[in-house]
Amino acid sequence: MTNSDSILEMINVSKTFPGVKALDQVNLTIRKGSIHALMGENGAGKSTLMKILYGLYTPDEGGEILFDGQPFTPKVPIDAIRTGLAMVPQEISPSGNLSVAANFFLGRELRKGFLMDHQAMNKETAKVLDELGIPMKVETLMQDVSVAKAQLLAIATAVSYDAKLIIMDEPTTALTESEVQQLYKIVRKVQERGISIIYISHKLGEVFELSDEVSVIRDGEYIGTKQTSDITKEELINMMVGREMDEMFERERVEIGETLLEVNNLSLPGKFEDISFDVKKGEVFGIAGLVGAGRSEVVEAIFGYKAAQSGDIYLHGKRVEIYKPMDAIKQRIGFVTEDRKLTGLMLNMSVTDNMIMPELGPYIQSGLISDELASHVAEDMKKQLRIKTPTVDTIIDNLSGGNQQKVLIARWLLLEPEVLILDEPTKGIDVGAKAEIYKLIVELARLGKAIIIVSSEMLELLSLSDRIMVMAEGREIGIVDREQATQEVILEMAAGGEVPSEQTIDTSDLRIEGVA
Amino acid sequence: MDSLANKRLAKTNYTEFLNKYGMLIILVLLFVALSLKIDGFASVRNVLSILEQVSMFGIIAIGVTFAIVTGGIDLSGGSIVALASVVGASIVTGSEGYGMTIFAFGAALFVGSVCGLINGSITAYGRIPPFIATLGMMTMARGMAQLFSDGRPVDASSDAFTSIGDGTVFGIPGLVIIYVLVAVVCHVMMSRMTFGRHVFAIGGNVKTARICGVNVEITLVKVYVLAGALAGLAGAMLASRAYAGNPTFGNMWELDAIAAAVIGGTSLAGGVGSVGMCIVGALIIGVMNKGLNMMGVDPYWQQIIKGMIIISAVLLDAQKRKKA
Repeated sequence: MTNSDSILEMINVSKTFPGVKALDQVNLTIRKGSIHALMGENGAGKSTLMKILYGLYTPDEGGEILFDGQPFTPKVPIDAIRTGLAMVPQEISPSGNLSVAANFFLGRELRKGFLMDHQAMNKETAKVLDELGIPMKVETLMQDVSVAKAQLLAIATAVSYDAKLIIMDEPTTALTESEVQQLYKIVRKVQERGISIIYISHKLGEVFELSDEVSVIRDGEYIGTKQTSDITKEELINMMVGREMDEMFERERVEIGETLLEVNNLSLPGKFEDISFDVKKGEVFGIAGLVGAGRSEVVEAIFGYKAAQSGDIYLHGKRVEIYKPMDAIKQRIGFVTEDRKLTGLMLNMSVTDNMIMPELGPYIQSGLISDELASHVAEDMKKQLRIKTPTVDTIIDNLSGGNQQKVLIARWLLLEPEVLILDEPTKGIDVGAKAEIYKLIVELARLGKAIIIVSSEMLELLSLSDRIMVMAEGREIGIVDREQATQEVILEMAAGGEVPSEQTIDTSDLRIEGVA
Repeated sequence: MDSLANKRLAKTNYTEFLNKYGMLIILVLLFVALSLKIDGFASVRNVLSILEQVSMFGIIAIGVTFAIVTGGIDLSGGSIVALASVVGASIVTGSEGYGMTIFAFGAALFVGSVCGLINGSITAYGRIPPFIATLGMMTMARGMAQLFSDGRPVDASSDAFTSIGDGTVFGIPGLVIIYVLVAVVCHVMMSRMTFGRHVFAIGGNVKTARICGVNVEITLVKVYVLAGALAGLAGAMLASRAYAGNPTFGNMWELDAIAAAVIGGTSLAGGVGSVGMCIVGALIIGVMNKGLNMMGVDPYWQQIIKGMIIISAVLLDAQKRKKA
């Protein structure tokens, strides 16, 4: 089985979380000295796979991992690093108050006696950066260094650990086009040193530009590996999508009425530009795009959580001013946020309190909140949405993810919204709860609500939406009708905006940031 | 499967019960133990004396509880007591009748509210951590008290004014009555009014609170104004009890107040707490102080024991949160 040609072999590796099989019998072989792209939709299991390799998760029994021909069972990241596997995470978090060289040597500082040997560290850092062609001054403070440069430094750091395999997790997410080109150049230099690279990416253009081989994971399953030169874009998309159309469920269609919400040229520089669309009564309007495309930012702006800088919002044809959530609530707009824990739940409060918070007015009797009345209303909602909780006074932290999500939806239903925005409404919840939430969305559409859904789950969007707006890098790529929307079309629109247009690298652009 | 779920539920109920009433049980046990050990500890006179001592820092503790529930803190209470006491005393000194007394109490409340307004504004709009904002106020209010009184005690000999601190109604000391009234009003505010619900929402998850349309800034300002006003009230109470205002009054009271809130189960992480449990916390401190005094325990040791109890209470809170 062992192949001396390969730096990494994963054989039948699985990972089960309570209730979820995140990885199912994955086989992956990385050839020595190759750039190996790893693709898959959000939640396909890429991160889980990488976390296993980096010693953050322990895989299930029964699989095997070989690194350079030797069994490989990292318990903590340092095991992986010592064996020769380094990771460049998606989001770099360097110590901003330390210099470039200090970050480079963080945790393995060179010393002379009891003191740190700054001179030696600066010299060594400069040497590695120079070899890789990364233009950066070693004494610059990290906080004055751009994200792109920090990324390059992380790669250099990985190289200096004598890594044989470097995993890069979507390294271009936060980079501009010219920075991306620079990154490609460095990645190829790293490859020239005989180091293998696993390059995780969503972006088709990138994969074809850079990689020698490409593997696809879907729903935790290994789909296959191809030579990048042997495969077309369409074939790759098919590998990623894979599902047959009959797996989509056919939802009941309801009558679509007049325009309810209209958004015109909404912009928030750095996040999204020039977004325009409308949503009609009874319509489910989907917003698709890759992570970081600016989808959540657009709906947050509509709700006034992080208001847009320019553009107009109309309700029933009348311009409304929404600068803060209270403004949106007054206009009967509801917003189920993407991150339940971060912006949704008040974890140590009761189910009832979590439900009634946006509008306490209806529960006030002679100046005081009537907990009895609130519980009563919450009890109704509990029945209506079949929320599984011992009582409505239970602390919400004790509920399962799906039931917590139902409480959050109930929160905004109590507001009797005209517009309901749902950002990733089924993230991290089980299949049964998902189906119920889908049913609920259709029911709300029937009642004439305008519904906006942001989702990374393609099937969910395709099944539910009447129209889908696709975004990429903060721009509106287009709006497609239900009849024309397929996974292929949307994926291509979402990724298509990315194909690198200029192949030439302008080295004059490689300025050094943060030098006065 | 069902019995497992029931068992888990039963366990949740059990821990919930302990979380809710654990400190009350400890208070009762502490009181019973001290009553058995010390003659006359359980006498009416002694109990009223404990209540009277508790009433002043207990009122500050109620304000501090509001601040802690939002996830903040208020360190300025003790210094506001000093400032309010000298301001109140200077108004009533040599005066007769209840008019000036009411004016003095009003002025004390006002001075405290202004200090709280500054605390709250700096915290909410200046985005300075309340620890720092109120630490600054702690120093400033003490300095203002010294400046206002020239560093000397201010006589507060007015029969009307001192009758508040000395007098009793149906045998119950005036200060205790004020404490009870404040507690009832604050309890209703915290548990039954929109303001209180918003205080919990901010402490529970400030981002969610914003999304739910809570005006976080204004709510925070209100919380610190309330805490300041209650500390001012405590200052006037102390002046009427001591027949004088004094810029050294209230030294370290903010710590007793915080201790009372924390011992009562107010979580320093925010989102959890109640006026009732804050009173229990204050009573634990009061009963312990009195008991240790009557047993003749070295005051130095008393401080050490008090410190250990505060740390235990916070450890317990951290433990609870880890399990959640």
